[in-house]
Amino acid sequence: MNRQIVRLTYVSLALVGVLVVMTTYWQTWAAAGLADRQDNAIRRVAEFSVDRGLIFSWQPRRRLARNVERTVDGKTLFFRRYPYGRLAAHVVGYSTAGRSRTGLERSLNDYLTASNANLSTLVDKALDELRGKPVEGNNVVLNLDLDAQRVALEELGTQCGAVVALDPRTGKVRVMVSSPGFDPNLVEESFQRISRITADCRPASPLLNRASAGLYVPGSTFKVITASAALEAKKFTPDSSFVDPGYCTVYGKRVNNFDTSSPFGTIDLENALVHSVNSVFCNVGLKLGAKLILDTAKRFGFYERPPLETPADERLASGLYEHGRLYYPRLDSDVDAGRMAFGQERMLVTPLQMAMVAGTIGVGGRLLEPQVVDRIVTPGRRVIVQQGPVLIRRAVSRETADAVAQMMRLAVERGTGTAAQIPGYSVGGKTGTGETGVPGSNTTWFIAFAGRDEETPPELAIAVVLQNQSGTGGTTAAPIARAVMEALLHTTANP
Amino acid sequence: MTARGRELAGLLLAAVIAGVALASVTIARDSEVSARALTYGALFLALYLGAHVVVRRTVPYADGALLPLTAVLTAFGLTLNYRLDPDDGGRQALWVLIGVGILCATLVALRYDYRVLESYRYLFGVAAVILLLLPSVPGLGERVNGVRLWVHAGPLQFQPGELAKIFLIVFLAGYLREKREVIAQGRLKDFGPLFAIWGVAMLVIVQTNDLGSALLNFGIFLAMLYVATGRGLFVAAGLALFVGGAAVLYNALQHVQDRVTIWLHPWTHERVYCALNGELEFRQDCASYQLVKSLYSIANGGFGGTGLGEGTFTSTDGTTLIPYLRTDFIYSAVAQELGLIGAAALLLVFMLFVVRGMRVALRAQDGFSKLLAAGLTFGFALQTFIIVGGVLRVVPLTGITLPFVSYGGTSIVANFLMLAGLLLISHRANEPR
Repeated sequence: MNRQIVRLTYVSLALVGVLVVMTTYWQTWAAAGLADRQDNAIRRVAEFSVDRGLIFSWQPRRRLARNVERTVDGKTLFFRRYPYGRLAAHVVGYSTAGRSRTGLERSLNDYLTASNANLSTLVDKALDELRGKPVEGNNVVLNLDLDAQRVALEELGTQCGAVVALDPRTGKVRVMVSSPGFDPNLVEESFQRISRITADCRPASPLLNRASAGLYVPGSTFKVITASAALEAKKFTPDSSFVDPGYCTVYGKRVNNFDTSSPFGTIDLENALVHSVNSVFCNVGLKLGAKLILDTAKRFGFYERPPLETPADERLASGLYEHGRLYYPRLDSDVDAGRMAFGQERMLVTPLQMAMVAGTIGVGGRLLEPQVVDRIVTPGRRVIVQQGPVLIRRAVSRETADAVAQMMRLAVERGTGTAAQIPGYSVGGKTGTGETGVPGSNTTWFIAFAGRDEETPPELAIAVVLQNQSGTGGTTAAPIARAVMEALLHTTANP
Repeated sequence: MTARGRELAGLLLAAVIAGVALASVTIARDSEVSARALTYGALFLALYLGAHVVVRRTVPYADGALLPLTAVLTAFGLTLNYRLDPDDGGRQALWVLIGVGILCATLVALRYDYRVLESYRYLFGVAAVILLLLPSVPGLGERVNGVRLWVHAGPLQFQPGELAKIFLIVFLAGYLREKREVIAQGRLKDFGPLFAIWGVAMLVIVQTNDLGSALLNFGIFLAMLYVATGRGLFVAAGLALFVGGAAVLYNALQHVQDRVTIWLHPWTHERVYCALNGELEFRQDCASYQLVKSLYSIANGGFGGTGLGEGTFTSTDGTTLIPYLRTDFIYSAVAQELGLIGAAALLLVFMLFVVRGMRVALRAQDGFSKLLAAGLTFGFALQTFIIVGGVLRVVPLTGITLPFVSYGGTSIVANFLMLAGLLLISHRANEPR
């Protein structure tokens, strides 16, 4: 029987040997894949064992995200609290065990949990682990102005819309607000209350960051792009004169002005922008062709996700959309250039993009990267990331930008945007009323820049969008823009 | 050095391992070295020294490695159970105490000649079948997870399957020793008992849903049949029968299908029907929850492990991640806290035990002893393979215990009985005459 027993020994050892091999497989080869799985609660516990970095606003300096400690099964875990609730909910996002993360809490997770590869972080982390202390994450300081955020949210009220304001000289984002907002503290435990939020639009989508992921018909704000394209191509000047019959004929069909009852007669390009005359821009568009206008738009950042520190899927590119997809025409004849020239057709834009457009015009044609994060600091107060102005590209020549800026200033001085005038400041702006096809539910816009006078570069640019409006951009969005701009100009005046 | 000298040295080493392990658990738990860990280590040593003295007096020529290896395995089990739940750790210690007591009692009782057992072989056979079917007796058995494993008699509860395994091996050793020449001739009429046992194995599956112990018992039977007859063909035929029977059962029993589905596809990309709450869920959140969480636990250990007391077994809201962690899934706790090094070390101890056990079988003089030792050792190896293989997704998961390590009284007692058998056989084989 001994031969059989020896063989049986080999079989038994092989059985246990298989276990050694498979243990090795799961603990080495497959371990990384398993650790990355969404339903891996162990990884989540590990992440929550980190004393997550804090997030601060620019001014007043406030903790927008902090931690509360809780001991679970002998482990100290850190859970997020957002003392300012809705105020910066969309930018900061949330970090929860049950619903994962959004906003900067998601995109900056590595920094906040000290998993980034900076040397000082690695050293600090190793020391913390050696001392048996919880790992401390890096703190983040934002560019947001908390008071202006509050003003913007209050001004939006129950309306659905968004406000983005930035410093066009540096790209620092001062205001980024989306309405309706939500209280990120409710996400973990009473998500029901968030899904019950209502507003003047349906669905209310409170979690959507409309400022960077909301796509809206730009309406007349797009004329800023068209005018830039016209001047840049040197096919028109501000003085180019047109006859406005109150409509424009595209493919044999009439395209009416906003108010057809009083045609302007003979009018130049500058005044056409000041009074937002559709027929003029319609003819300009037909003359330039769709692709030339779109290529100018591209130089302003259209057709790419605006670079911002928030997660990529919380930012959308502006441009023509077809069947829910970004679309660039192969031929000029594929697109109705006349209607596109004043922001209709299938053109969809984000408020962030339009704030970038207004700012670029204001500062002489230079497109800067928008930045909502100012710096990232280790727990030991060592700065590991300090952001500075980053030029994306020159969108248009200084001459073109200055000419369009002048038109926008006149629009606020005596045109459609008078509601945005701020005493003591030079404001240039453009209104917009995007027709969605449903009467009484237009998308209204106001985009603007503001500075001390015409000579100094403007210190802020803004875009305001409102959904489901019966009024025009000049009466609905411009007053909100003014209120937010005043809040910001006051804080910069008294730093 | 004599076998007993080696045994003593091995036990001292095992006690050091147990002491250090318990100390590191208390350090992780209370951030201080408490005297309690030392007390536990001393008690552990005292217990096994007691066993050593009994072994010295009753079976002085027995193999010197088996008892220390057992001590190391129980040290693993005690440490982990104490780490996961101090109360269960205490109860487990009590069971180890009882197990050692039964080991000693068995050694004393059978010290002159254990081979008297051979004459009671049919009694053991009948007892094994009765024990296997006991959990399906109404009023006695209890269903846990759809599996009937437990028997309740008043305040007492035990898993008769563990004892049935030992009894079955004794029966088979006696029966095959007697009939092996006849069976080896391969006449059909001698295969009656073989078919009977196959039938019982299938019946047990149907009655109790307990795939694990059916696989275990049938595997032991085939192994012993092979050792007795040397006919590989019988093993192949037996395997074919088992697979055929299992295939029929697979189509007939939902429980078996579920286990196989979980094994093959633990993760789904789409939500599928979840029988637990009647809604659509990802399978990893429903049926295969336990297996998947256990794999995460193993993966989290990595090469060196998190360290004793530092592993994660609860989620952020404090709920337990892996049900039955201390019994069926003790291995995934070992793998997380001790890492690949610790888990491989544990498996190495199992391997060493298997080698020593098979060596006992090789050196035994008579057929009954050889078959008994080989059967007991192979049962030990196969049981380890079935449960750890289930946890590692090598085979479909079935709930049985990891010998000497899992929490559970019946399992501990049964395995100490197995140890007693191996010690008795090796003593007789090594005894100078």
